[in-house]
Amino acid sequence: MSGFLVLRAGAYSLRAGRRTLVVSLALLLAALGLAVLGLCVGTSWTPPREVLAALAGYGDEVVVVREWRLPRVAAALVFGAALGLAGAVFQNLTRNALGSPDVVGLDAGSYTGALFAITVLGGTSAQLALSSIAGGLAAAGAVYALSLRSGLNGMRLVVIGIAVNAMLTALNSWIVLRAELEVAMAATGWSAGSLNGVDWDELVLPFAVVAALAGALAALSPGLRQAALGDELAVTSGVRLNRLRLLLVLAGVGCTATVTAVAGPIVFIALAAPQIGRLLTGAAGVPLAPAALSGAVLLLAADLAAQLLLAPVALPVGVVTTVIGGCYLIGLLVRRTRRNA
Amino acid sequence: MKTDYRPVVLAASVVLLLAMAVASLCVGAQALAPAGVWRALTGSGGGDAYLIVREVRVPRTILGICVGAALGTAGTLVQTLTRNPLAEPGILGVTAGAGFAINVGGVLGLAGGQPAQLALASLGAVLAAVLVYALGSAAPLRLVLTGVALSAVLSGISLGLRLMLPDVFDRFRFWSVGSLAGQEQAPLALPAGTIAVALLCAALVTRPLNALMLGDEVARALGGHVLRTRVSVLVIVTLLAGAATAAAGPIAFLGLMVPHLARRVAGGSIPWLMAFTMVLGPVLLLASDIGARVLLPTGEVPVAVVTAFAGAPVLIWAVRRRGAVPA
Repeated sequence: MSGFLVLRAGAYSLRAGRRTLVVSLALLLAALGLAVLGLCVGTSWTPPREVLAALAGYGDEVVVVREWRLPRVAAALVFGAALGLAGAVFQNLTRNALGSPDVVGLDAGSYTGALFAITVLGGTSAQLALSSIAGGLAAAGAVYALSLRSGLNGMRLVVIGIAVNAMLTALNSWIVLRAELEVAMAATGWSAGSLNGVDWDELVLPFAVVAALAGALAALSPGLRQAALGDELAVTSGVRLNRLRLLLVLAGVGCTATVTAVAGPIVFIALAAPQIGRLLTGAAGVPLAPAALSGAVLLLAADLAAQLLLAPVALPVGVVTTVIGGCYLIGLLVRRTRRNA
Repeated sequence: MKTDYRPVVLAASVVLLLAMAVASLCVGAQALAPAGVWRALTGSGGGDAYLIVREVRVPRTILGICVGAALGTAGTLVQTLTRNPLAEPGILGVTAGAGFAINVGGVLGLAGGQPAQLALASLGAVLAAVLVYALGSAAPLRLVLTGVALSAVLSGISLGLRLMLPDVFDRFRFWSVGSLAGQEQAPLALPAGTIAVALLCAALVTRPLNALMLGDEVARALGGHVLRTRVSVLVIVTLLAGAATAAAGPIAFLGLMVPHLARRVAGGSIPWLMAFTMVLGPVLLLASDIGARVLLPTGEVPVAVVTAFAGAPVLIWAVRRRGAVPA
């Protein structure tokens, strides 16, 4: 067992592959490097030394770095991790690399819920969070119910999800067009998924929720690994499958909906991150921790690209993730076609 | 032998199309009574109604009929050719390819005139069609996924380009989401003419296509030219989707709904299917366009929003039908 590292603390133990650890460490370093870069970049370039000084509370750039740029970088990291986790959960559940929440319409459903909260209820942050979770759950329920007959696995679920996604997207643009002008302006900036102009006040609650959900998923992950071996094996080895699946769906939808409520539907991170993590670690299933780290790196990189590509114009990060993720999806399909041929 | 009701149903569909056209002339921000519309059309009335009907609603209705027929026929041809009930130019990314080409042409300063836009749209449609078919032809569901992925990439890049050059793309604002609004002043002759010619070719290709449905070997044995038929169908589809997209922007799901509806009444015959498609396509698009005008108390919804909302359930239904689509 030289490839594994086991940590024990009383009744709890953690077993991790050496490659997984190395990859996770590398991803963490990449995330930190990108984070420093993200703090340097803005309307004017701040040298890394001044950024580090400002983080410690010295120098002229304290407000710019700590109050303006740090929230955005932190949001990209945390939300990227949350999206990666959500993607890994659903790809595990559907046993399909394409069965991620953004492809099957959960993002669009959460966004419908958030729009409902803004236009009808008034839009306090609690209402926003709750109704976007409700929207995501409703979308998940609809896709599940519609694909029950053909089973949870396979392409059919994905295509039904795409159809549900198209309907919800149409519904969303109708709501935005119906809304009053100010609301519509705010909602349109956000409909492509954007981290422009986030600040600490609106991030505290989402960060807490994501942290709690990540903890819950860490606790569920041994069961998830057993479930990946097949239903019969999992049940024999003492996993309560139905309860596990319900909890996983709740946690996954929670992650997606929390991100959507703050930043709008940022698509394709949840699709690509888990698979990238899986490829890097060479794992058998879709492991959660590398997925979260890859998601953080991906979203931060995409957000940097969105700020830098058309320099004076800040693109919505969702545009960048759509292009990257779409190319990735095509690549995935090409590889499958080759393997089958 | 059972009585063939198809001529009767086709006649009823044509009547329905006429009714939709009349409704499309009457409904809008300024509702008009049919009598007023008639007076404006015959030229005896004056004033606002005359202007609204002649300058706005008649061109818009004609455009709706052309685009509806084009997209419906393109959908039927693609579904028949690929033997895939899920295929449709919008879902397969063909319209997204046409839209992307027009956007890129706008950046390079090429998309000035209508002929240039039409050429660009057709070129983009061809490239997208070939790419998607090469990647996804292994299975019907995979074809859909490839098309969706390609559409996402192309529309993302298009949106980025539009954000980069806001002044150039102000005129593409409505067009880029798929709408018949704001196109009333553009001359109709070129798109309508192209679509008419392509529809005529589609009518001519029905017989060889009917033979092709029996399988490539049988078609060859019956004296059909398999490759020639396929290539000409591809060219027709490209022209139809390109012209419709150049005129009204990317409108998805219409080409999916129409063939499924038409197949219910047409049975297995390709010529009948084509006839029903050409009548029902405009009916559905005009109905969606009327919906687009009344769904908002102020202003309009892009018609592509209405077709997506109405058409996506058809995709779900088609996927769920047991045995219809191998995964």
